This record gives sequence, structure tokens and C-alpha cells, in this order.
Amino acid sequence: MDLSFSPAEIKFRQEAREWIQSAMPPSIRTKAAVDGAFDHDEQMSWHKILYKKGWVAPHWPKEVGGPGLDVAQRFILSEELELAGAPTLSPFGLGMVGPLIIQFGNKTQKERFLPKILSGEEVWCQGYSEPNAGSDLASLNLRAESDGKGSYVMNGQKTWTTYAQYADWIFVLARTDSSGKKQSGISFFLVDMKTPGVVAKPFLTTGNTLAFCETWFENAKVPAENIVGEPNMGWTYAKALLGHERTLVAGVGRSTRQILRMKRIAAQTEINGKSALEHPGYRGRIARLEMDLEALRMANYRTVAGAQLGKAPGPESSILKLRGTEIQQECFELMMDIMGHHNLNWFNAPGTIPAREESVASEHNYLRAATIYAGSNEIQKNIIAKMVLRLPGT
Amino acid sequence: MDFQLTDDQRMLIDTVNSFTKKDSHVERVRQIRENPVGWDRAVWAKMGELGWLGVPFPEDVGGIGGTFLDAGLLIEQLGTTLVPEPYVPSVIVAGLTVSNYGTEEQKQKLLPSMIEGKTSLALAYVEKQSRYDVSNVETRAEKNGGDYVLRGKKEWVINGQSADHLLVSARTSGGAADAGGVSLFIVEKNAPGLKISSVECMDSHKAGMVELEGVKVGKDALIGEEGAAAPILERAQDYGAAAACCEGSGINQSTLTMTRDYLCEREQFGVKIGTFQSLQHRLVDMFVQVELCKSTAIMAMLRADSTDEVERKRSVSAAKKQLATGGFFVTRQGIQLHGGIGVTDEHNIGLYFKRMHTLCALYGDEAHHVDRFSSLPSFTANVS
Repeated sequence: MDLSFSPAEIKFRQEAREWIQSAMPPSIRTKAAVDGAFDHDEQMSWHKILYKKGWVAPHWPKEVGGPGLDVAQRFILSEELELAGAPTLSPFGLGMVGPLIIQFGNKTQKERFLPKILSGEEVWCQGYSEPNAGSDLASLNLRAESDGKGSYVMNGQKTWTTYAQYADWIFVLARTDSSGKKQSGISFFLVDMKTPGVVAKPFLTTGNTLAFCETWFENAKVPAENIVGEPNMGWTYAKALLGHERTLVAGVGRSTRQILRMKRIAAQTEINGKSALEHPGYRGRIARLEMDLEALRMANYRTVAGAQLGKAPGPESSILKLRGTEIQQECFELMMDIMGHHNLNWFNAPGTIPAREESVASEHNYLRAATIYAGSNEIQKNIIAKMVLRLPGT
Repeated sequence: MDFQLTDDQRMLIDTVNSFTKKDSHVERVRQIRENPVGWDRAVWAKMGELGWLGVPFPEDVGGIGGTFLDAGLLIEQLGTTLVPEPYVPSVIVAGLTVSNYGTEEQKQKLLPSMIEGKTSLALAYVEKQSRYDVSNVETRAEKNGGDYVLRGKKEWVINGQSADHLLVSARTSGGAADAGGVSLFIVEKNAPGLKISSVECMDSHKAGMVELEGVKVGKDALIGEEGAAAPILERAQDYGAAAACCEGSGINQSTLTMTRDYLCEREQFGVKIGTFQSLQHRLVDMFVQVELCKSTAIMAMLRADSTDEVERKRSVSAAKKQLATGGFFVTRQGIQLHGGIGVTDEHNIGLYFKRMHTLCALYGDEAHHVDRFSSLPSFTANVS
């Protein structure tokens, strides 16, 4: 056993770090330096820079445009991007529908969709949740009925369609058969957002951002060739995607960055003539959180090392989403506490509070979603109880 | 990065595992309560015969030339059935200290016979006021010609009641809390002026309360330079903390398995209690902590001997803190999920809980390690 990275991996880390610093345009670098939050345009401009470098989809196979990095290099690259405070790319094309098309799509679909996901020419969003299908996703109700002329007609509503207002395409789980088990009548569709009858309406989150949309489908006509794989097999495909790139879900790099941000805020915050970083209460809380993150980092390393040997993620990987999202939230909770009255600030003019603190409250509030999205943590626990601990079902 | 075990490590784990299953059932913890030694000399000798006591030592003192990691993997297995023999205090805490800092004569005198399982060692460094500060030493060693005369008291010396040799910290100069001026001496158990009384610990183990009333030792009893033992003791305490994390990881795994099995077998309201979601989620919470403790135990095993002192301290402290929070959680909830039977002395779950309690109190508790972690230069690196 050995915890150190190989000389080649250390060299790769150095190269990645240097490249990221040199590749960030001044506007992004300035914002990253004070931990600012990035908007859609900034995200997409960073997407295009990574695309030119060949690093936009590190986990994609080489033959469809991936850079051919191994598991450790991918982990290192992701950690360095997070550490640098670079904009986070939208996961829906690169991390979700892309890998799904790679695994289950046909040749035409691959040629049509993958290049534009890579280049950022087409932005994707996810149509999974519905008003009455959240954790119980398989009970989804949006219907797609064949018109007998090579198309399906969609009717229904999706919700929490994150950043659908910027999306060119949406991937949709829709019900094509309601005769059997609820899981078995679902198909996976690729739908153009410009299709007549598709309307996305953004609404405000607790973070005061327009991150979520409600998306309606009213007699929206979708060609049958936009079904991925076989009709009625969508649930199986979506489930297969869940285990994808589980080595990265913990967000260890991002939380490392947030703890550094927290210490910088604490160092500038005075309590009784001393900095908050020297205040025994806060110092202890920051230390505990950093130690918790070290434990998660080690659990993450075990998964990465396992994946590198070609092993499917073991039981230790199922905790990454759970602890990863809890720690992400705890980082912002503690930052809010340290900021004191500054945490009251809500979208005032720049300069009202220090730049590094400006987006903390909004991120803190939005991050309540982290333990809910991608399968709420309670659902994750149900899965671990059943699949790993083999507890009896009801 | 590599988390794979070598064939030798796998074999070692298998051998220890079969020993714990066949020859060292948890029941032994109850049996040692009546035993003044606190453990079984025959088992210790057997461990010597199997080469286990020599795992982390070089061959020239009778060891097998393994690493701290090898020993850690072994200790983790010993934890699964709460094997009571003093592997950690004797082999790891005291033994490695002698091996790392002793003279050739000292090593030959203490180590080969311990490695064979004929003798055992203990480190006497805790005092009434010291808590986990290894420099906080009131016991004094006065120079007398070429010799030293030791006067003072040591407390809670793990395996002190049965050890053949004690390593005793004593101040040769400076005030009670000065980092400099602490020295470390080898003291024979029969030395005139040495009084050791045995006390019970919560985990059914015993500890020695030591009084030194003018104990005379020669210059050849001094380990390391005079007055320079603080870093030696800090490293010894780190060895103990890292080993506690390994043993705790074994305890966790047994606790999780027992509790899981209980949820699958116990019925209430006409169903297995493992069907209740609140209990399922609690068990998942335990599982999460078990995995985190295992991950940090590996980190501690690999870095306990790191030449980078900051990295060593940072990793060991993070691991010990994880044990203190996660290990406690696992064993406390293990009792909770067992219900009333879990609170009886008759049930083994309580024995795991008590041993975990002891491990958390030894070699730096949670507050100590949080404090140390946040005092390291790594904590404020890159902040300004």
C-alpha cells in the first residue's frame, strides 16, 4: 500500500495546475481569486477553453473525443480544476447524456450528438423529476404516445430541470407503456428544446438564482429515432448511469478549496481583537471539518485506486455522495457562522461586504439541494441498506 | 497510489484472523478480569512463536523486518475479537521506541526476549497533571555520579502491571511544562524503590500506577540524549494513536456485523426489526463511519513512520479524531440497536463499546488531536 502519487502523476498534476492558471481568461481568474460565483456565459467560455485543450470530457473514451486519461489522472485533473476555483461545467451533457449515448446510443445518435456536447455548441438539461415523481422517480407520468407515423407525442410536466432556460436539448424519461411494472414502461428520449409545445419557465431558488425550471410538454412531437436504445428500457439505462464516475462525486477538491476560502475569511474577521482563525471555538470547528474532509479524501482515494485496477466501485464508494454533500454543506454553514453580520447581505452592490464573502449566502442556500439532488441522501441510505448491508425488505 | 495488500500481508491477515476466530474468542475479555497479569502469558508466547511480536522490527534484534503497516494490519485483526494481549503498549509504543532510539545494547537487552514472547514492555509517561502533553513531566531524574535517581509518580501505565521493563520519562532539567529537559530511562520491574500497583480499566484490561522513590539507574539506561526525549515521546504517542485507529477499525467491523445480524434476526411487531427504515438508516450511518475509520486507519498506518513530521502528525491526528467521533458513534449505536440486551454485561456488544472508549482516551483524545492538528503549520498554509 502506498498513498503517494507516482512521479508521472505528480508531473501531470503540476502540468494541469500550470495550464489551468495560464488558460483562465483574466475575468475568470479575477473572480476565481476571490471565490466568486460564475454565470452561464462564463461557464460556457471555460467549457470552450477546456474543449480546445482536449480536457472537457476527461472520462470519455478516446474514440469519441476523450483525452485518454487514466482514472488517477482524471481524479487529479478534477481536483486541480476544483482547487483553482475554475467554473464548474454543466454536468448534463458531459457527465450524463453523453456517457449514456456512448454506452447505449446508436451510431447516428453518437455522430449527431456527441461532438456538439464536447464543443459546447449544444447545451443539455435533464428531464427526470416530475411534480409527483421525486424520490419515487419510476412513478413518472409524462406520456409519450406513438402517432403511428414515426413520431411520439409528449404530454406532461418535468420539474427541477436545472438551467433548462439555457438548454438546447433535454433528455427525458417518459412513459411509453403503463401496462406492466412502473419501471418497465419508461423510454429515454432526446428532445430538442425548440420543439413546438416544449416550454421551460425558470423560477427562483432559495439561493435567489434562477437555477430551476418547470418544463412543460404539450403535444410535443419527437421523432422515434430520438429514443436511445430500446423503447421501454429507459429505466435500466438511467440506472446504469448512476454508478458513472462515482469516484468524482465527493467533490473533495471543491471542499478543500472552500475550507481554504473559509480560513481566508476567518483570518480577515476580527473577534475581540483577534482573527476568527485564532478564536478557539472557530479554529476547532474549522479543524474538525478539515479532518472530516481528510477522512473523506482517504475513502475517495481508496475508490480511485480500486477503479484504476478496473474494480467496480466497492461499498466504500457509496458513502462518497453521502459524506461529500454533507461536508459541502457544512463548509458553507461554518462560513456563514464565521461571517457574522455579513451573512445578512443579500445581493447588495459589490463592496457592501468583502468580495470573497459575497456569494457565500446564496451558495449556502442553494447547496441545501446537494443532499437532495441525484438521489436524496435518504434514498442513498435505502440503497446502501439493501445492496450493501443486505437488510431485509418490508 | 495503491491500496492493494501484498501476498505476505494477505497471509498474515489470514493467519491472525483464523487465530482470533478459533483461539481468542471475545469471552477471553471476561476471563482476564480474574487474572492479575491482565492477559495470558501462554498466548503471548504463542504470538512470539508465530513471529507476530517481531513484525515491525529489523532482523538483527530478532524481528522479521516488516513495516508499521504490517503491524497495523495485524492489530486491526486483533481488534475484531478484542484480543487482550499487550501488543500495542509493548510492541508498538515501547518496542518501536527502543528500536528507533535505543543503543545496540539496549535493543539487544529488551527486544529479542519480548519478540520471543518471554517478556513485555510498557511506556510510563502519563502523570496526574500531564494529560496528553508528553513534556508535562514532574517526575525528576537527579544526577548522582554517573547514575540517575528517579523520583515521582506515573499513572495509567498500560501494561505497567505486568511489564518486565518500563520506559519512564523524567525531567533532568527545566520546569514542569518545558519542552526541553525531559529524558527517557529504562527501569527494571524489580528495581529497588519502584512500586507498581495494579488498577482495573473499564475495558477489563489492567494498568499500572507507578511510584518511583529514589530508583537508581545507570547512564546506560538513558534512551536517546539527556533532555531530548520530548520528540521521542511524541512519536511514541503517535504510534499508539495510529495503532489505536487500527484496533478501532477492527472493533468497528465486528460491531457493524453483529448489529447487522441482530437486525436480521430480532423480531418485534411481528417483523424483523431490520425492516424498519429508522433502524436501517442508523445502520447505514454506522457503515459510513466504519468505512471512514478504515480509510483513516490506513492513512495512519502508512504515515505513522513518515519522515515528514508535519505530515505524520497531521495524518495521525486526523485519524485519531475520526476514531473518536466515528468509532464512538459506531459502538454507541451498536448498543442502541441491540436494545436492552446491549446494556448487559452478558452481551459482547458492550465489551466492544468499552474497548473503544479506552482507545479513544489513550494516546490523545479528540480535543488533543483537534488542537494539535490546528497548531501545525499546514493548518494556516496558503491562507494569507
